[in-house]
Amino acid sequence: MRSSRITSTTIVYGVLLLVVVAAALITAGQGRNFFSTGNLDNILTATTILGLIAIGQTLVILVGSLDLSVPYVVSLASVVGGGIMAGQAGGIVPALLVTLLLCGVIGAVNGAIVAGLHVHGFIATLGTGLVLSGYLGSTYQGSSGLAAFEFRLLDATRIGPVPLAFLLMLGCAGLAVLVLRRTRLGHHLYAVGGNAEVARMSGLRTAVPVVVAHTTCSVMSGLAGLVLLARLGVGQPTVGSQGGYDLMSIAAVVLGGTLLAGGKGNIAGTLAGVAIFAVLDNAMGVMELNPFLKDVVRGVVIVVAVAVYARRELDRRPARFDRPPAADPGTTKPPGSATPAGTTDKTLEASR
Amino acid sequence: MSAPTASPTGQGSRRATPAVPAHSGGLGRRISVGLITPGGAVFVLVAVLLVAIMLTNPNFTDPGALIRFVGRTAPIAIAAMGQFYVIVSGEFDLSMAAVIATQVVIAGNVIGLEDSRIVPGLVLMFVVGTVIGLVNGLATTLLRVPSFIVTLGMMLALLGLVRYVTGGAATGNPTENFREIGRGGIEGIPVVDIIPWSVLVLAVVAAASAWLMRRPFGRTLVAAGDNPDALRHAGASLWWVKTRAFILSSLSATVAGILLVGYAGVHPSVGSGYEFAAITAVVLGGVVLGGGRGWVLSAAAGAFALELLFLLLTALGVEATWRDTVQGLIIIAAVALAARTWSGVRRPQATPSGTTPGTTENPTKSTTEGDR
Repeated sequence: MRSSRITSTTIVYGVLLLVVVAAALITAGQGRNFFSTGNLDNILTATTILGLIAIGQTLVILVGSLDLSVPYVVSLASVVGGGIMAGQAGGIVPALLVTLLLCGVIGAVNGAIVAGLHVHGFIATLGTGLVLSGYLGSTYQGSSGLAAFEFRLLDATRIGPVPLAFLLMLGCAGLAVLVLRRTRLGHHLYAVGGNAEVARMSGLRTAVPVVVAHTTCSVMSGLAGLVLLARLGVGQPTVGSQGGYDLMSIAAVVLGGTLLAGGKGNIAGTLAGVAIFAVLDNAMGVMELNPFLKDVVRGVVIVVAVAVYARRELDRRPARFDRPPAADPGTTKPPGSATPAGTTDKTLEASR
Repeated sequence: MSAPTASPTGQGSRRATPAVPAHSGGLGRRISVGLITPGGAVFVLVAVLLVAIMLTNPNFTDPGALIRFVGRTAPIAIAAMGQFYVIVSGEFDLSMAAVIATQVVIAGNVIGLEDSRIVPGLVLMFVVGTVIGLVNGLATTLLRVPSFIVTLGMMLALLGLVRYVTGGAATGNPTENFREIGRGGIEGIPVVDIIPWSVLVLAVVAAASAWLMRRPFGRTLVAAGDNPDALRHAGASLWWVKTRAFILSSLSATVAGILLVGYAGVHPSVGSGYEFAAITAVVLGGVVLGGGRGWVLSAAAGAFALELLFLLLTALGVEATWRDTVQGLIIIAAVALAARTWSGVRRPQATPSGTTPGTTENPTKSTTEGDR
């Protein structure tokens, strides 16, 4: 952003600004203040859960995979965490440790299937998601587990006007940004996502970033599940799938300017993407729009917003392989040939 | 330096050789080679599952029961074949379930209880299906939004609209004659007692799909998934090929919706989960996500394998809640195996000898020949 070039992140924040202005106008039109503490609190709370998941999803998408098992990990974390805690303050630490460890193991399995067995991330995580969904459906009927009162403060506490859980989310985002920008692992993540084969031939262990990204994503989803547990007070085996967090987190990441194919994007954009959803929802709530129509608006916004910068993103890319820089010995120069179509044309032009 | 020159010359050699490597050996050998590819193995899987079910549940050996099972599976098989077109071209269609729900609601509310509105209603449904596919395709190809996002947006929008119109509850009930398409069949057939209309529809769609994939369109579609750059350089219009794939996918969902009205009635939740079920079936059929590999009938066989698997689990007394788990394990295992097999088994090279020097020399010849 230091340079004058318009990056996709700038556009995303432009869109966010646009959405905020529109939402503020709509809210003012209803005779209410968009920037009131209560309303801002609503928006920040709404961004927390999807934000946590989307941070993990960003890493997974950057490395060139996808995670569809997210909603089931969220649900699992909420019931397992609640089950271990069982309403006792002393159970908080073991519950946190066991839940996050479990989620980490699930993520590691995801990563191992993707990197080790060469199964497309879409299928691998759809599969593990189904496995978890079967387990949740067979083991838990209705809500189970109970959050300790002290744990519920995680969601209820406000530091100034800002919810504590939101700060937790920001902290995770900061950590992820640091890892992506400053560590070797982060750079490897981009390299593998950009082109796994080139990364491998450059001497990277391509499996490591994939496994780390998947593990982080599942742990972040576990955190989201724990925050939901703190918010609801009880663990619910369907809380994740009801939220539709798999597709919504992917949508938020792509809305934030990250390439779905991997290798390009950042956390800041993702946070803006999540915020766009939250502000939209808030404005539609103020308008008392039919909840079913909300989905229509969301769907249209996702496609239109991504279309806006998907276009310029690809257009501006330098044409690396279109024109060979100099004459190559492989192609002979036919004298005075008519112009054939396609690549041969370009090759000939370059060779003359 | 070498990489940019290699890619155009490589295409030159491909143009000189036949588009598809020549088959070697007789029919029997070709079938046996085909069966060990993931696209062929799914047929073996279907046969094994079928035998297993017949052993656990003798009722299933009755031809009538079999044909009714085929009839019940027809909608998902048709949806899987639609999804195949999109996946083999390297894209996703997540809007399939939403399209089914839309068509079901249209059938319920537009056709209603009047027989005279069946034909106009059907025309409307096909038009709506075409338009949805067109929008999906154009947004993916011309606006360059990833198809995952486009069809996700389409899914949200359609489902939202459908629920808004119906209020989220079952509304409208199409006339019995329309529901006959999904429910009824030709009765009084000697061995099987009844041939459901859905089986006939499935047979027609399968035959048409197999024919279509042998047409230039089908070949181009597979090439679009395998190497879009090469296809563009070869002069094919990538956007129109892929857009047609999306239209075919939506139309398949429409047909599946028409059949489902007969089975399930009118409810906005009809077809929910079909997008992932269809993708699972396609992948189980050995079609590679990312495009470029696979056979359309294997996708349909994948749907049958999936349904047979569920049937077997029921026959074995496994609780319905564990179905998801088994399904998840199976698709991971199937795709992991397929990933190994696709990289191991290749069709034998058509050129008998000198492959490495040949690829460096032939292109030069072919390009110069092409120029003259």
